[in-house]
Parts: sequence; C-alpha cells; structure tokens
Amino acid sequence: MPVPLSRIAVPLAAVMLSWQASAADLTVSAAASLTRAFTELAPLFEAQHPDTKVLLNFGASGALLQQIAKGAPADVYASADQASMNQAQSQGLVRAAERRNFVSNSLVVIVPAGGTTMPKTLQDLLGPAFSRVAIGQPASVPVGRYTKAVLEKCGLWAAIEPKVIGAQNVRQALDYVARGEVHAGFVYGTDAASMPDKVQVAFTVPTEEPVRYAVAPVEAGPNAAAARRFVSFLLTPSAQAVFARHGFGKP
Amino acid sequence: MGTAWVPLALTLKVAGWATLLNLVLGVAVGFLLARKQFPGRDVLDALLTLPMVMPPTVLGYYLLVLIGRRGPLGGWLDATFGIQLIFTWQGAVIAATIVAFPLVFKASRAAFESVDPQLEQAACVLGVPEWAVFLRVTLPLAWRGVMAGLLLAFARATGEFGATLMVAGSIPGRTQTLSIAVYEAVQAGQDHVANSLVLITSVTCIAVLLIAGRLAPGRVAGQF
Repeated sequence: MPVPLSRIAVPLAAVMLSWQASAADLTVSAAASLTRAFTELAPLFEAQHPDTKVLLNFGASGALLQQIAKGAPADVYASADQASMNQAQSQGLVRAAERRNFVSNSLVVIVPAGGTTMPKTLQDLLGPAFSRVAIGQPASVPVGRYTKAVLEKCGLWAAIEPKVIGAQNVRQALDYVARGEVHAGFVYGTDAASMPDKVQVAFTVPTEEPVRYAVAPVEAGPNAAAARRFVSFLLTPSAQAVFARHGFGKP
Repeated sequence: MGTAWVPLALTLKVAGWATLLNLVLGVAVGFLLARKQFPGRDVLDALLTLPMVMPPTVLGYYLLVLIGRRGPLGGWLDATFGIQLIFTWQGAVIAATIVAFPLVFKASRAAFESVDPQLEQAACVLGVPEWAVFLRVTLPLAWRGVMAGLLLAFARATGEFGATLMVAGSIPGRTQTLSIAVYEAVQAGQDHVANSLVLITSVTCIAVLLIAGRLAPGRVAGQF
C-alpha cells in the first residue's frame, strides 16, 4: 500500500531544514592528530558547560586554516604546529592575545607491524626495502613540514622525495602504513601509539623545532565566549591528563 | 602554469583508458542484459548500477580493501605477478572505470533494446554469421546511444575524485589528476595554481563537448 505523501513530507522537511547550527554550538577545527584526544575531551567540556554543544572538525592544519580564511564558521582553531598558527595570526584570523600552546608531540618513523626490515636511521630509508614512504603533504600538513625540514637538513630530501606518498593528513599516513601499502611513514608518536597492533615505531626523529600545538579562538567565530572557555579548558589538569593518556607531552 | 599540463595529460590518459575499457565491458554487458533472458537479470543490473549511486569514497574503500597489498585480489596479484595497483595510475584507471561503468552499460542496454530484432533476423536469414550481425547491424544501429554513454563516461572519469584519491593517492606527475591537483592547491592556499587548474579543466570540458558534437553532428550532442 503506498504511503501518503503527506505522511513522509513533514518529517522529511524537518530533517532537511534542521542543519542550521544553533547559537550554543561551538565549532572546533582541530589538527587530525588530535582526533582521539579531542573526541574524548568534547563530552567533558559539555558536562562542565551543559548549554554548549561541541562540534569537532578534523583535518590537516593547513587545510583547516584555508577553510577559516575562506569564511568557515569555526570558533576555535587548534593547529599541530606553530607555522600554521603564525599564518592564521598574520592574516588576522585568530585572537592573538588568547593564543596558547597546549601540548607537544614527537616525530617518529613507523613501519607495518610484523615487517622484516626495520630501519635504524634516516639513511636506511634510502635502501630498496623502502620504495614507498608516506609523508603528510608538506604544503598543508604540519607533520609533512616537520619531516621535510629534518630531511632537508640532513641532505636526504632529494633522495627520498621520489618515494614519497603524500597524505592528506597524518591519520592517512598512519592508515597507509597500517594497511601495509607503504613500507614506512613519518607520523607523530601519539598516532603510532594509537595503533600498536598494526604499526611499530622504528625510531624517533629529532626535530629542529619542537612539535608544539597551538590553539586560539577564531576572530570571526560566532561563539566567542565559549571559544575562550574551551581554550582555557585545554590547559586544565583534567584535560591535560587526557592528553597525557594519549601520549602527548606538556606544552 | 607549466606544471598544470602534467595533471591534464595524466587526467586524459586515465579517462581515456577508462573509456576504452568501458567501451568493451559496458557494451558487452549492455548487450547481454538487453538480449539474454536469465534468472537474476534484474539483480545483476542493480548490482552493476551500484557504482553510480554509491558514494565514491565507499567504492574507494572497497577497492582499497580488495586490491590493496593485503587484500584478496591485490595480495594475489602482488605474490603472483609482482603487480601493485595502489598508488599507481593503473589503480586510478580501475577506479575511474568502475565509477563510469554504469553510464556505459545503462546507455548501451537501452540502445540495444531499441534496435528492431527483425533487422537482425533479416541479416541472419541472409546468411550473415552471428558475430557479424552484431558488428554490422546491431552495433551500428545502437551506436548513437552507446556513444552518448561513452561521452558521459569520459566526462565522469575526468572528474573522478573520491575513489581515485583513496586508491591512487596524490603523487604529483604520477597519480595527481586535475581534480586532485585542484584540491591540493586549495588545501595549501595556492590560489593562483588553483585558478589556472580550474581554467584548464573548464576549457578541456568545453573542448570535449564541442568535439563530441562534431563527431556526430546534431545527434549525440542532442542527447544530453
């Protein structure tokens, strides 16, 4: 028996017209490497501020920056490096006075779990056993920028560049290694720790500048008050405990 | 600007191969579904139409799982022939072919169904062998519809993004097609690169449509 159109039209219209963000929404654009930690922190923040609903938007820090620059209605911007936040600041996109560093991370080389060849140094990656190396796209992904800077400093970038598989963000680089599609990858220590059964850390790469995450309220954000609260919330002991559990270091 | 031609050439290569493969696969399947009665025909038609209605990312994931080095098909290819498809332009061709396939077989099926069987029977009666009836009677009569499907498939393959990105990645000069190059340029805030890329893409699309109209004046173009 056919269902009368009026029966479905009303709920359908309700669903189709309900995408509008409400005033109490707090949109947080955060670096992909923060995915697990922020997903855990959002309900904690909501419990402390029951009138606020946290909407999380993850991506490469550079890509998020472009979205904000083009007018995406984000309230908080959390980047995995200082360079992206510096760009945001110089373009006047974030409130510079309220910018904070909130966690630090490490750069590691990982290989698929159960792999036979384990690189010990960056030079080992030049060998034929590592014909594909996943790296975040240096143009938009901070982990790729850190990686490229280190490799350029030791004069290895030109040799490794032809093997590079550029990832859209650090989680994709991690996924490529976990699936065994690449022989090695450069990711953050926290990402490697999130898949201990699928990837193993070969060695930690010393970076020239420390991997420090920055957060700031977005200048044009619709919910400035909640944005300020969220930034200070990230530095509270309870939030820092969650970060520590996911392998992040102190800022 | 010079670097913009590399993704264009790659895009045309990938879309060209995908269209060629679909010329064979899509026409064969379209003919089979139009002319042969067998149980489960409707189910098969629905299954083969899936790539058109499913999100490209779903297809990309299926492909990644299937033809990846640890997938059943990809693992076998790697172990037997040493062939790896992920992160290669051949992988991009597979993704584009599957995404565009329903457009060709749907159009071909409809075209074959509209061919009057009496014309084929007449050819048979006159002693033309079965394969020659297909090539000299059925296919020429159905060609307009087939061609329309192929053009749509070429356009769809040219613009393919989601499945390609997941299967072939974004390696400049090797798997970075036009649509992916545009995405990367926008992500990195290189608006001038993005501008020249979208301009090239637009001009290419217009050129393809004009050439299509020229190939079959007043007929194929009129079907869009």
